[in-house]
Order: sequence, then structure tokens, then C-alpha cells
Amino acid sequence: MNNIMLPRRQFLKLGTASLGALLLAGCDRLSESPDFQSFLSSAEELTYRTQRLLEGNHALAREFTTADVSPVFKVNGTRMPAGEEYAALLESNFAGWRLRIDGLVANPLDLSLEDLRTLPQRTQITRHDCVEGWSAIGKWQGVPLAIVLQRASLLPSARFIVFHCADTLDEAADGTGQYYESIDLIDAFHPQTILAHRLNDEPLTVGHGAPLRLRVERQLGYKHAKYVMRIEGVDRLDRIGRGKGGFWEDRGYEWYAGI
Amino acid sequence: MIEPRWTKPGVPLQRKKLLVYRHGPVTRVTHWINLLCVTVLLMSGLQIFMAHPALYWGQSGADTDQAVFEIGAGDSGDGPSQGFVRIGSSAFETTGVLGMSRNASGDFEERAFPRWLTLPSWRGLALGRRWHFFFAWLFVANLTVYFAVSLANGHLRQDLLPSLGQLRLRSLFKNIADHIRLKFPRGEDARHYNPLQKLSYLCVIFMLLPLMILTGLAMSPGTDAALPWLIDLFGGRQSARTIHFIVASLAVLFVLVHAAMVFLAGPINELRAMITGRFLIEDPHE
Repeated sequence: MNNIMLPRRQFLKLGTASLGALLLAGCDRLSESPDFQSFLSSAEELTYRTQRLLEGNHALAREFTTADVSPVFKVNGTRMPAGEEYAALLESNFAGWRLRIDGLVANPLDLSLEDLRTLPQRTQITRHDCVEGWSAIGKWQGVPLAIVLQRASLLPSARFIVFHCADTLDEAADGTGQYYESIDLIDAFHPQTILAHRLNDEPLTVGHGAPLRLRVERQLGYKHAKYVMRIEGVDRLDRIGRGKGGFWEDRGYEWYAGI
Repeated sequence: MIEPRWTKPGVPLQRKKLLVYRHGPVTRVTHWINLLCVTVLLMSGLQIFMAHPALYWGQSGADTDQAVFEIGAGDSGDGPSQGFVRIGSSAFETTGVLGMSRNASGDFEERAFPRWLTLPSWRGLALGRRWHFFFAWLFVANLTVYFAVSLANGHLRQDLLPSLGQLRLRSLFKNIADHIRLKFPRGEDARHYNPLQKLSYLCVIFMLLPLMILTGLAMSPGTDAALPWLIDLFGGRQSARTIHFIVASLAVLFVLVHAAMVFLAGPINELRAMITGRFLIEDPHE
């Protein structure tokens, strides 16, 4: 029996060692392969469809009470957009700031902060879940995106809403370092999707995206674009940035950030 | 009527050895897929955790909130930074493994887990998430197949549920004593799992693994809208994240003990049983 067992034992040892090495080095090689990355990314579509099926189009994210509001709402990403243009807007307290709504709309708009404040408002206390893992609860006030899109008469050919931002998070050589985000029309017309200009009863601070940021409560924090300057209706995403639908999406993160 | 697998006669090799059919094909295939999934999920999970290596209790929690558990690096006064782990108010220095460890070029880097424990080995949250969610789906599918088949073919009832006799205190104490003395069942007793083995497998399969999936889902903002009761069940998103980490640690503990028991009980026989299904029993008539 020993004669049979010994080679097997050596084989097993060798096998275990190779398996360990294969796991460590092999996984890194797989991780670097664009084909394997897109293979792994196929799970995103499954997650998107399953979550949309479970939550339907209208299920609301949990809303909290003022007692639940985080004492400090963590600032993440850009803390202060660079450039003279933003500095001048900040100097004037955003008096000259206009939100441009264009693209696949019948009626392009330029809205001032005052215009946005006089439109119907929604206030919601929600939990902000960052992709890094932390959460903070805050009270947001703003205009439902649906109202703005209705006023601009979004065309039936539009499939996504893109948010162009004032901050450049990455000085990329190809000029795609400017922050942007995009969402589908289900989220765009969701009642909790608002263009927020107030956090915890104060105008947005620069760190939190002054003068205006998106809230899209059923997705992770990086979808909630700060410093929104322009909202564009589009039928495809591949012509913007590096084509994946957002700054972080262009850098490997999921476009659908419901998980 | 399905014939209980372990009472099949088996193939007599010599007078004192008997090769019996121990694991069905679905048990074997799902076992190895599960091992692959759990390994990838653990390593990519540590990569994801590395983005914010602190745990909280309740709905919310970030830098300024009180963490119940934290891995980090800090100045040690005069020397270079030191890695630490903090649980509640007690901190332990862990430089070299947790908090501070060497990167690919051999220099110390502030990172919660060493590169040989994370997937990918470099800091890459986006890629870690891609690995994690792909294998999470595979893990769920695999577990579903295992549950369905094990219920249907009687594996669960015949092989995993302890008999009343096995659950008697005397039998449990004897089994604990056998484990402590590393005395493994022989003869007829080796034909089926012992009570501690059955209970630990049931705990892992029906508690730990489903808890991993549920606490994972409870962290997702999409689930927050779709199944709010699930987040309440765990006491909030950050609590669910903390439980996810604790249950993952328990799963690692199980894997370590499981692998140690396989090694001590006879790794070749045990591994062969999980690959080919055939398990060798010595002294079958003892």
C-alpha cells in the first residue's frame, strides 16, 4: 500500500503548493486581463436586472428622522474644485451660476439657484452609502429631477440623463478627468431623485458639492454627482468621457451602483 | 424509497479494508465550487474592506463616529508608522501583517491586509468588487443547487441530520472527548459523520453561509429600497457590515478546523472521498 501512497503524497504536496501559487499569481494575471475583467463584469447586468425586479421602479429608499442625522457628514472626493471659473462663482455666492439643461430636450433651460428654489421642493433624510463602506445620514432638500426634466420636455429618444460637473478629479492626459455621472430614466424619474441645494437645513458647502448635487438614493455615493453644472439628455453613453457613463465607471467601477 | 448510501455493501479490498461510496456527485462538485467561491469572496472581500477598514454598529458610521473595530497605521512617536488593530478600546501592534505591510517592491505601505491576502494583490477596490460580485452570484447559484438536490435526494436527512441517539448528552460528551484525544471513528462508526461533524456542517451550511449572503445584501443601497426589513433584521447597514465581517471570520475558523481535521483523519482518504466519492474504511467489522 505504501508504494502507492508515497507518490500520491508527493503529488498532493506539489499540487497544494502549485494551487497556492496559481491562486496568488494567477489571480493577479487574470485581474490584469481586460477580457477577464469584462467576464467578471457580466455579473453587473444580473445585479441590475435582479435589483430592478425586486425594487420595482418606485420603491423608496429608507427615510430617517432628524434624530438619526449624522453629527458630521463625511466629505469625500473633491473638496474644492480647481479653476478660476468655479472660484469666481463661489466668490459671487453662485449669483451668476446657471444650471444648463440640454441634449435630447425640446426646451433647453438655464436655471439660476433662485429658479430652483422656487420650483416644488422635496426634503428627505436618507443614508448615503459610500462604495468604500462607510455611511452617513443627512437631510437633503432640492427639486425633483423629474420636474426639471418635464419643464425641459425630455424627448422620447432620451435613454439616460448625464450630469456634467465643475470638478476635475484626475488630470488625465486624454482630458477625461472631469467628473460626470449618468443614470437611467427609471432613476431619473424616481421621486427621491432630487437636485439638492441644501444639506441639514444649510446651503450646500463646497465640500458637499455647492451649489447643486444629485441625490439618487438607491445607488452608492459616487453616483451622487457634486458641483452639477449641466444636465444632458442622451440616447447613448459611449461618446462621453471614456464611454462607461461616469468618472468612476471609466475607472472600473460599476455603472449600476445599487450594490 | 432511497437506499441509505452508507449501508450499501461497499467493495471489500482485503479482509480488514472496505471501500464505500461516501459522497454523491452533487455533493462533491458543489463542495469544490464552494471552496473556489469562498476563497475568492474572502480575498476580494478583504480588498473591499481595505477601502475603509473600520466597523460600526447601527445604520451609519464614518471617520468621526465611534468604530467598534479598526485596522490602521499611526505614528509610533519617533520611529516609522506602525500597523495596529483596535477592538473597542484595546489596540494591538500588528506591523508586517495588518495595518502596515510590504508591497510588491518590498517597501512598507499603509494597507489593512497584506498583499497575499487580497484580490487583486495591489490596492484595487473596483476590481475587488468585480471579483466579489461575480463569485457572489456563483456562490448563491451553487448553494441553491446544493440545497435543492440535498433535500430531494435525502442527503440532508440521511447524512447530515443527527440521529436522536447522536444528540444524547452522553454521546455528545463522548464525541467531544474523542475529538480532544484526536481519536477518529473506525469500523462501522466511520460509515457516517459523527455528531459534532454533523452539527458543524449544518451550522455552516444553514447559518453561516446564508448569513453571509443576507448581510451582504443588507449593505446594498438597492436592497435598502427593495427589502428594508432585511436591513432592520441586522440593526442597520453598518451593523450588517460588521456581522458580515464576523461571520466571514467564523467561516475562516471553520475552514481552518475542517482542513486540520481532514489532515489528521487521513488527508488522502478524505480528499479521495470528496473527489471520487470512495472512502476507505478500516476494520469494517469492528
